[in-house]
Amino acid sequence: MPAPQCASCHAARAALRRPRSGQALCGACFCTAFEAEVLHTVLAGRLLPPGAVVAVGASGGKDSTVLAHVLRELAPRLGVSLRLVAVDEGISGYRDAALAAVRRQAARWDLPLTVVAYADLFGGWTMDAVARSTAGSGRSRACCTFCGVLRRRALEEGARLVGATHIVTGHNADDMAETVLMNFLRGDAGRLARGGGLGSRGEGGALPRCRPLQLASQKEVVLYAHFRRLDYFSEECVYAPEAFRGHARHLLKLLEAARPSAALDLVHSAERLALAPAARPPPPGACSRCGALASRALCQACALLDGLQRGRPRLAIGKGGGARDEEGPPPPPPSDPGSAPGPADGECGAACKERCE
Amino acid sequence: MCQVGEDYGDPAPEGPPPPRPGRELKCVKCSEGLPVVVIRAGDAFCRDCFRAFYIHKFRAVLGKNRLIFPGEKVLLAWSGGPSSSSMVWQVLEGLSRDSAKRLRFVPGVVYVDEGAACGQSREDRAKTLSDVKRILQTLGFPWHVVTLEEVFALPPSVLRCSAPEPVGTVGTYKVAVDSFLQQQHTLEAEGVGDSPSSAQGEAQPSQPCTQDPQNLAEPPPAAQTEALSRLFDSVKTLTAKEELLQTLRTHLILHVARTHGYSKVMTGDSCTRLAIKLMTSLALGRGAFLAWDTGFSDERHGDVVVVRPMREHTLKEVAFYNRLFAVPSVFTPAIDTKAPEKASIHRLMEGFLLRLQAQFPSTVSTVYRTSEKLVKAPRDGCASGPRCLLCMCSLDVDTADSATAFGAQTQDFSQMQPPTPLAEAGAPTVPCRSAEVGRAPNCCQGTRPCRREDSRARVIKQLCYGCRVNMKDVVSRSHSWVVTGEAHPPGLGATQPLVHGHPLLQPSLDPLPPYILAEAQLRSQRLSPEIQEYLLENSDDRAHASGSGAWGPPEDGGEEGQTVCDCINKNIFN
Repeated sequence: MPAPQCASCHAARAALRRPRSGQALCGACFCTAFEAEVLHTVLAGRLLPPGAVVAVGASGGKDSTVLAHVLRELAPRLGVSLRLVAVDEGISGYRDAALAAVRRQAARWDLPLTVVAYADLFGGWTMDAVARSTAGSGRSRACCTFCGVLRRRALEEGARLVGATHIVTGHNADDMAETVLMNFLRGDAGRLARGGGLGSRGEGGALPRCRPLQLASQKEVVLYAHFRRLDYFSEECVYAPEAFRGHARHLLKLLEAARPSAALDLVHSAERLALAPAARPPPPGACSRCGALASRALCQACALLDGLQRGRPRLAIGKGGGARDEEGPPPPPPSDPGSAPGPADGECGAACKERCE
Repeated sequence: MCQVGEDYGDPAPEGPPPPRPGRELKCVKCSEGLPVVVIRAGDAFCRDCFRAFYIHKFRAVLGKNRLIFPGEKVLLAWSGGPSSSSMVWQVLEGLSRDSAKRLRFVPGVVYVDEGAACGQSREDRAKTLSDVKRILQTLGFPWHVVTLEEVFALPPSVLRCSAPEPVGTVGTYKVAVDSFLQQQHTLEAEGVGDSPSSAQGEAQPSQPCTQDPQNLAEPPPAAQTEALSRLFDSVKTLTAKEELLQTLRTHLILHVARTHGYSKVMTGDSCTRLAIKLMTSLALGRGAFLAWDTGFSDERHGDVVVVRPMREHTLKEVAFYNRLFAVPSVFTPAIDTKAPEKASIHRLMEGFLLRLQAQFPSTVSTVYRTSEKLVKAPRDGCASGPRCLLCMCSLDVDTADSATAFGAQTQDFSQMQPPTPLAEAGAPTVPCRSAEVGRAPNCCQGTRPCRREDSRARVIKQLCYGCRVNMKDVVSRSHSWVVTGEAHPPGLGATQPLVHGHPLLQPSLDPLPPYILAEAQLRSQRLSPEIQEYLLENSDDRAHASGSGAWGPPEDGGEEGQTVCDCINKNIFN
């Protein structure tokens, strides 16, 4: 049976069905619709005011590639200028290839690219070194926790280097859905309270961050990249299989099979969560060491690095973790098994995608 | 030992082997009894300590929350399953204690027969009912058995939130308890045996016969059963079926409670079930209402408060208790019995959580603990907004917020006209003579919304996000007939399928019970008089916005309609 006509232009043959609505569209109309939706999200959410200098967190993967491409198309209409910022975590065999993809993109789109490396920013600690350090702890590695926190810092540094006023990252609806599932499963009320919006306004001197692709489903991102013939790096990180997020991702796939709108339903739920004031994180102050945004005396990045330096990498992970001063190890977890030392304790806490929180 | 000269024919020289030190477990509580169950991770309890622990938990949850006042009438919702049976049994035990620790409320039990929705035959249902009756008669409290078919006889007032009783503070509770106890003492001093307001643990012979006027002996009328089957057949997915069943059951129990003067309803949701329910609600888009759905008390109906006293008991504890102490229960197949795991979101979540629990033993308690941190607060603090027609929570959809998940689903940027499938959906309710040979059944060409679309749109508009998504799965077979030589006269039954292709599946909410449709009608009429005088009858608007779908229709008319049309115009959801 031949493909139906495009439901939008009624001229070309439809090339795809939109996953969410089942609407049949040709490639060009789909891309136009996708871009229009992203534009609408940015405008309605007032995410990027005209004149902003936007640092795009580019990892070379499909989300950031699509984000960069779409924003580049929309930049004239929005009146913003773009800079690409790539982070080199020092994961051999993975990040080098991804960075090569980013460099190609930067060249093709003629956008300035800045690469910031963990090794430079964090005193020689690459992710491989972190993984080696945390591997000996017996349980599965918690390196995704480190990577997420440190990358956020690195992005911030990179954005400042290029003089940006806003940071954007390519989180899509599926990422947000997985995040809310994960936060519930781990009992992370603080993150639940913080999440749900389209980004953060940037308190205490941190740059405002947002996620223009938040309402686009992952399948559509992939379809867009396909129809625009974008060149991206599609392998998963070598440490990813040990992440707790994998459980949430698997669950989301099953849910989407039962109900196609599951990802957006979860995003809607996340937007409307009402948590008790006691569960919300305290208003953020500044880190005593580096001056960055922190809800405790030390920001998470400094706390993690501290632990690494002292040879106790789990110092700042899990409940009760956080700023640890020079004295004493953290108190032992309470013996009540119900207080959840399980998934929360370093079982890949802030997994890879938590670049924004 | 292989020694020279050892005689292997000797019997075993020593007696019983010496006890291995450190391997004999004692009950962790009393350190005396032999443990029979292991609760949580490694806490072994003996039989009596386990019983005391279990009962204590039940009483503690009730006592901590201080919501149930002495002498209050409480309806126990019993499904026959293990958790609710355990709950009923706890109440029974609690009422028969000595007066100091006796439970002080007046219970009744309700059982809802859902056999028709689950596709059971009449004989099976009769058999289950006889088992149920047998157990209910041993309880000694007033009991009510209702069938799900009775939803077709419910009044629309079920969906209205009545004014809540004035909620007392802790002080009021204490005062009430003290005065109740005083009353007891006075009555006993005067020599009255058991006062009418005391608990009815002693079974009075007349009590067990209290039941609904609809006698159990007659099964419900076949027409209602058929209507119910039709309703559930018209729901495409198991997820939506389960949600619909839950909604109808809640309304029915609410009605029973209101009719007989019960001010509280107790449901037997255990900790495990609530954790699953929380994750399921999250996935269904009910994030705004989690506190009501899974908290201890749910007062969204106003005068009747739903209470969950079993919420700290895990399913494992319930199962052990029921087995050890022979709690009677009745197995009834549910709507998702034997369904494959991927069939519905509820099943998926259940399977996922239980598997994860096996790997990380604190998963369920973590999720439960997070649920305790949720508060019952609408987002902007305005609690007096319109309420959802079905679940009676404040609406959480906001057409003004278009940079949200809801907004993303109601807009469409493909710049298209309403496609033909939708135009077909505009088929008239009254069969058109013109829909005859050779013409497609879209005689009004989608130029104006027809009556069926209107009524569906009216209902959808009054639903919260989660209920809207569920309603999308409710379609019914079309009653159009067309495109053959023989034009069936409209007078004949409307159940003839189309000869060409498959019958049209139109979104239609006709199979819903009449009380829902009536209330929807009532509410929409209530709104429009306010703005009627300002609205201009603009026929262009109606033609332009004929693509109504699951997310909400265009408003009737001009100015008001235009702003709303911005967001939901041109949507193509079906």
